[in-house]
Amino acid sequence: MIRNNRGIIAIAVVITSLAGLIFIYKVKHLGLPLTPDQEVHLWNVEARITFDSPPGPAQVKAAIPLTPPGFQIMGEDFISGSYGLSVQTEGQNRYAHWTVRRTRGSQALYYRVQLRRVENDSMLQKGGIPAPPMVPRYGEMEKAAAMAILEEARRSSADVATFVRQFLVRFNDPNPSENYRFFLRQASTPMEKINIQMHILAGARVPARVIQGVLLADGKRTLEITPWLQVHNGRKWLTFNPDTSEQGLPENLLVWRIGQEPLLEAQGVRNLNINFSSSIFSENMLRLTGEYPVSSSSLLLGYSFFNLPLHTQNLYKVLLLIPLGALLVVFSRNVIGIPTFGTFMPILIALAFKETNLAVGIVLFVVIVAMGLALRSVLDRMHLLLVPRLASVLILVIMSMAAISILSHKLGIPSGLSAAMFPMVILAMTIERMSVVWEESGPGDAIGQGLGSLAVAVVAFGMFRNDLLEHLFFVFPELVLVVLAACILLGRYTGYRVSELIRFRTA
Amino acid sequence: MIATFKRLKERGILGMNRRNADFIMPFNPRRNYPLVDDKVLTKKLAQEAGLAVPELYGVIDTNYKVKGLQSLLGGLDSFVIKPSRGSGGNGILVAESRRKDLFFKHDGSVLDMNQIKYHTANILSGMYSLGAIMDKAMVEYKVKFDPIFKEVSFQGVPDIRVIVFRGVPVMSMLRLPTKLSSGRANLHQGAIGVGVDVCEGITLGAMWRNRPITHHPDTAAPLKSIQIPGWDEILINAARAREIVGLDYLGVDIVLDEDLGPMILEFNARPGLAIQLANGCGLRPRLEQVQNIQDLPPQPEKRVELAKELFARQETATAAL
Repeated sequence: MIRNNRGIIAIAVVITSLAGLIFIYKVKHLGLPLTPDQEVHLWNVEARITFDSPPGPAQVKAAIPLTPPGFQIMGEDFISGSYGLSVQTEGQNRYAHWTVRRTRGSQALYYRVQLRRVENDSMLQKGGIPAPPMVPRYGEMEKAAAMAILEEARRSSADVATFVRQFLVRFNDPNPSENYRFFLRQASTPMEKINIQMHILAGARVPARVIQGVLLADGKRTLEITPWLQVHNGRKWLTFNPDTSEQGLPENLLVWRIGQEPLLEAQGVRNLNINFSSSIFSENMLRLTGEYPVSSSSLLLGYSFFNLPLHTQNLYKVLLLIPLGALLVVFSRNVIGIPTFGTFMPILIALAFKETNLAVGIVLFVVIVAMGLALRSVLDRMHLLLVPRLASVLILVIMSMAAISILSHKLGIPSGLSAAMFPMVILAMTIERMSVVWEESGPGDAIGQGLGSLAVAVVAFGMFRNDLLEHLFFVFPELVLVVLAACILLGRYTGYRVSELIRFRTA
Repeated sequence: MIATFKRLKERGILGMNRRNADFIMPFNPRRNYPLVDDKVLTKKLAQEAGLAVPELYGVIDTNYKVKGLQSLLGGLDSFVIKPSRGSGGNGILVAESRRKDLFFKHDGSVLDMNQIKYHTANILSGMYSLGAIMDKAMVEYKVKFDPIFKEVSFQGVPDIRVIVFRGVPVMSMLRLPTKLSSGRANLHQGAIGVGVDVCEGITLGAMWRNRPITHHPDTAAPLKSIQIPGWDEILINAARAREIVGLDYLGVDIVLDEDLGPMILEFNARPGLAIQLANGCGLRPRLEQVQNIQDLPPQPEKRVELAKELFARQETATAAL
């Protein structure tokens, strides 16, 4: 038994910090929204593939993003017309394969993908450490130029990253040296340029590859695919802008494929072309969380409420707030000292208020309890035993509720119908308890306790109705642990209750 | 509010939370609760220990036996029916006198056999008991209280409550029924609490409905400076309660019978805090004084002497207030 206050505080701190850690992890790392209406910006990227087809069969194979670094695919769709579509993953890339047996004229195929920005580039690092390339068989002049270039870069660098950067800076110098000029002559397209860069780097046996991606821009209709240079430093792939020597993946670069092969391959078509456009749109974050688990690898979300059927989810939205109501009851009783009927009856009344709405709920509660008390006093004269009497009160409560519903419907007051929402067993027990207190300690105590219960219920109702609280406890159920810690701490609160300050004020 | 908080703390007033957490929970082992919660058992234990208790005429524990009430009450002029596990003085029925088959309550109202049976059945169904569990009804001797209290009680029987901590009486009060409490001696039902000097057995100030008073509201008799007869015996009886039920924080309720002297009425494992108001003095310093004593004498008489030593000076100081 832990009687020591310090021990109790330590336990509460441990519980709270555990919950806090999970909470922070979910907010920072998994990006779960803190408020129910938080919006997130998504990219909508569209690839439009156009071609002319002579009469006859046609086949188009297009690379599409698999697991683009820095993004998470939230949804995608293909507009294929009469084409058959198959999607397959080959190595580190994914391809959409459109085929049709008979076609003619100008055609268009679309691929659309919705993406969310995330901090995650591990996808790009798959595939283990590549073997260093063989030194290419350079020509005589070529060899001299390459070796001079590499030697110069090596002298002014410390590791692979700075080595490549030094090399690229000189490569892109507006006034390149003689050695570079030898190679630059051969580079007319960006892809050729990268190929030459890789050709030279192979002389130093640096593993390198090309990734192709689209730099996203909001509202742009004509985006180009651009190649980026990647070198492996023995631990991971580093990305460089082949034109500026800048290191790192730009935030808005959507990697479309790894490797330098063209995005499109086709048979039986002419004028094959691909065009990209992108735009930003907003989406409710919670809806997204519900629909797409943010990261399938996260156990926390794999075992969260989002995976439950919707009606069960809605049930838990209510249930997860009950601990908060229980804390409120603890606080009202042990710190303030409000007398209530039963320990958790106020919570149940508050839940009923949630169904009826507050004003109607209070009126109905008071009316039903008053009717019940009146009828109970009649029963009292019949000298019934406790359990049969309780059952009779229950029956009378249900009859009163039915009468209120029917009467208010006839009178055109729709809110009276919600009388049926009240937990009648709770009402019956309230009435019974109240009438016993009434008899034993007088109407003052009975009404006092009734009002106390009602007051706590109203505050609890305020909590249960709060969208933010509902959201927080549903998305971050670990907060229940914080409530638990608070209950444990209040369990060792040995100070005066507010009611005792009044009671003992003459002392 | 914070000022009140500080003042109460300075005066050593014990609050409900601290009473529960620092005294009841650590000092009263849960397993001994049934000994005080079941008054039939308490009575038996007290009797075995040689303490005087009101005579038990009979126990009714099933609805079937309610029929037997008639013969049980056959030769009695007065009696008390109460629930064995009652709380807060609820469900106690007192018949003062009798004419043929009719009994009369202290306020003169009539009780017929049916009413008595109904009340007994209610007790059995657990209506007056903690947690509404099935209960037993006890029929026992109605105390004829000592004439010293004649002037200061209005119907019903006054009793003496002694708080006993680790077998040491620490505070006491006299509880006087009023018209408001309809003959019951429970403060929250409107009885008067009169502080009693725990060393001398002389009444100090009084409080009624959480306010200080000097005279009985119904009889107008002064409440101060009444010497309770046989005080030492009362204290020793109270001090013995610790060994009888094995609880270290106890409220012992004792009545003074005209003929039979002090009798144990019941023990309470969660005694109320209003006694502090009646005595104009907080419980906490006294409890802590007793808590700090390393080896308490095993003899109740020695513990009573100890209490007198410990609390004598404070008592006069309080009286001077």
